[in-house]
Amino acid sequence: MSTLEIKDLHVSIDTEQGTKEILKGVSLTVRTGETHAIMGPNGSGKSTLASTIAGHPRYKVTGGTITLDGEDVLAMSVDERARAGLFLAMQYPVEVPGVTMTNFLRTAKTAIDGQAPALRTWTKDVKAAMQQLRIDADFAQRNVNEGFSGGEKKRVEILQLELFKPKFAVLDETDSGLDVDALKIVSEGVNRAHAEGNMGTMLITHYTRILRYIKPEFVHVFVDGQIVEEGGPELADRLEEEGYDRYATGAGAATIAAAAAAQA
Amino acid sequence: MTAEITTEKARIGAPSIAGFTEEGEGLVSAKVDHSHNHGVTVMSSRAERLTSFDVADFALPTGREEEWRFSPVRALANLLSDAATDLDPEPAAAFTVDAPEGYVRTPLAPGVAPRGTVLTPADRAAVVASANTDEALHVVIPAEAELAEPLRILVHGAGAGRRSNAHYVLEAGANSRSVVILEHTGAADHTGNLEVIVGEGAKLTVISVQLWEDDAKHLAQHDAQVGKDAVYKHIAVSLGGSIVRLNSNVRFSGEGAEAELLGLYFADAGQHLEHRSFVDHNEANCKSNVLYKGALQGKNAHTVWVGDVLIQKQALGTDSYEKNQNLVLTDGCRADSVPNLEIETGLIEGAGHASSTGRFDDEHLFYLMARGIPEEVARRLVVRGFLNEIIQQIKVPALEERLTAAVERELAATEN
Repeated sequence: MSTLEIKDLHVSIDTEQGTKEILKGVSLTVRTGETHAIMGPNGSGKSTLASTIAGHPRYKVTGGTITLDGEDVLAMSVDERARAGLFLAMQYPVEVPGVTMTNFLRTAKTAIDGQAPALRTWTKDVKAAMQQLRIDADFAQRNVNEGFSGGEKKRVEILQLELFKPKFAVLDETDSGLDVDALKIVSEGVNRAHAEGNMGTMLITHYTRILRYIKPEFVHVFVDGQIVEEGGPELADRLEEEGYDRYATGAGAATIAAAAAAQA
Repeated sequence: MTAEITTEKARIGAPSIAGFTEEGEGLVSAKVDHSHNHGVTVMSSRAERLTSFDVADFALPTGREEEWRFSPVRALANLLSDAATDLDPEPAAAFTVDAPEGYVRTPLAPGVAPRGTVLTPADRAAVVASANTDEALHVVIPAEAELAEPLRILVHGAGAGRRSNAHYVLEAGANSRSVVILEHTGAADHTGNLEVIVGEGAKLTVISVQLWEDDAKHLAQHDAQVGKDAVYKHIAVSLGGSIVRLNSNVRFSGEGAEAELLGLYFADAGQHLEHRSFVDHNEANCKSNVLYKGALQGKNAHTVWVGDVLIQKQALGTDSYEKNQNLVLTDGCRADSVPNLEIETGLIEGAGHASSTGRFDDEHLFYLMARGIPEEVARRLVVRGFLNEIIQQIKVPALEERLTAAVERELAATEN
């Protein structure tokens, strides 16, 4: 059993207009076996949370802590975080020139496990995982994400999730840009990884439709860099009907945030 | 990010895109109009470029000439002067030939055929080297011979700044099969002209390897004439030297021939590595493929690729493609990439070109590191993968290993 604990996290970015605070005190705890949906309108800071956990250099932590089983995640480099068991399925996976998928997957697996995977079983595992995610076999010989469609890139992210077996997976809008079939395939992949019982999941999404396939136990609503409401799956149902409008009616948003904070 | 990436789109009519760019064009006969010409209008046909054995025909370049505009001509003064090889206290470069018995013939004086039948100097460097080489190495691979081992010509520079001129004439007899390695180590101010005659049905691979020390300067003109149904492959590998400029040119003397001009270069801080290729499709039904790949790292690392392809009126059924790809690893580098395609007939199989300059930037690094891969491993992974496409074409395992190791050393330099 592992715990990923985020406490009063404040994060800023540098913009041309100066420093801008994106996360304004976020606290969240995810344990092995749990699935948390982080929902909110565009620009609310959901993806900033995801990238900060992974250690993207653009995001500056100005306050708060992130710990993995008590270890200070913020003190770790990006690769150390991954080796510690954190995985970020990216919203916009980049194309990496010159590196084939096969080579990349094996190198990453070796880095994460601290030893090279046994060649025969590894090749078989990769092939099987690719098949389940309906990824063409010839992708193995192509360069990482190069020329892949948006949907293909997302499937390849989930392929990595299944192969690397992280302690915690953060899925950053994995559902965006997917048609229904692809959404199902990707969700099945996440559910398979989750079903192995050694992973906690943070599912970041704008829409509720992925929640038809991946069932969260906890739903957190993100508005303006803060969690303004928390609940169970029923909260997602309510969001589906009502949208985010009730959180973000102009100046009222701050009041609601304050009210939510007072409730919590 | 201040890396300067100039891929000269103007000449080929496409917009310039900053950052990760990819552009190219595939032309098939149906789409080609007879005057399709990718050169800028002020430039005359590539075929009209001056060639001559007379030094007086080539003035000292100023750097404004089309063929010198990317080169650091001032730093090349010693190589461009009409001067003999420095022989004191020993020759500026030592030559070792490792070839089967009887392959090395009597040296060829200027004007003694086959010397001068394929290569006519096309610039100041080549003409002064030609004029100042009294004895050209002459190697003949007999017809039908199949060499199990590569034939080697080792050139070792005896000291930086010392002037060295050389000329080699290489004949591959009809239906022969051979690999020739021309390897450069040490340091000198060296110009070497290579003249290659590929006989009918022959298969010849020439690999020119530049593993010079940091203070070497090297200019070269390699011209080949490829016979009917012959296959010629030229691979330029430039890793060492402060300035390397190698021009690899090919034309045909019969139909059904194939030429492949490949290159791999890795420029460090302050290094200038320039490769020019010219495929002259002067015969019908020939095929050519040009691929140069380069990596750059460090302040003022500069690479140049200029790839000319001319498809002459009579070259019906030509199939040609050329591509240059560069990978920029750090800020402060400059990669010039200029494909020029001139087509005088529409009745061809295909003619395409592509040029792309990608940079290995923070986002690539973040992606790989977010998968647990440490920074130095990530960098190595990308560069090794990128350059391997050329290395694996060498097909001489011992040399492939040496070059892979040399690339690793270049990378290690980035990390320090």
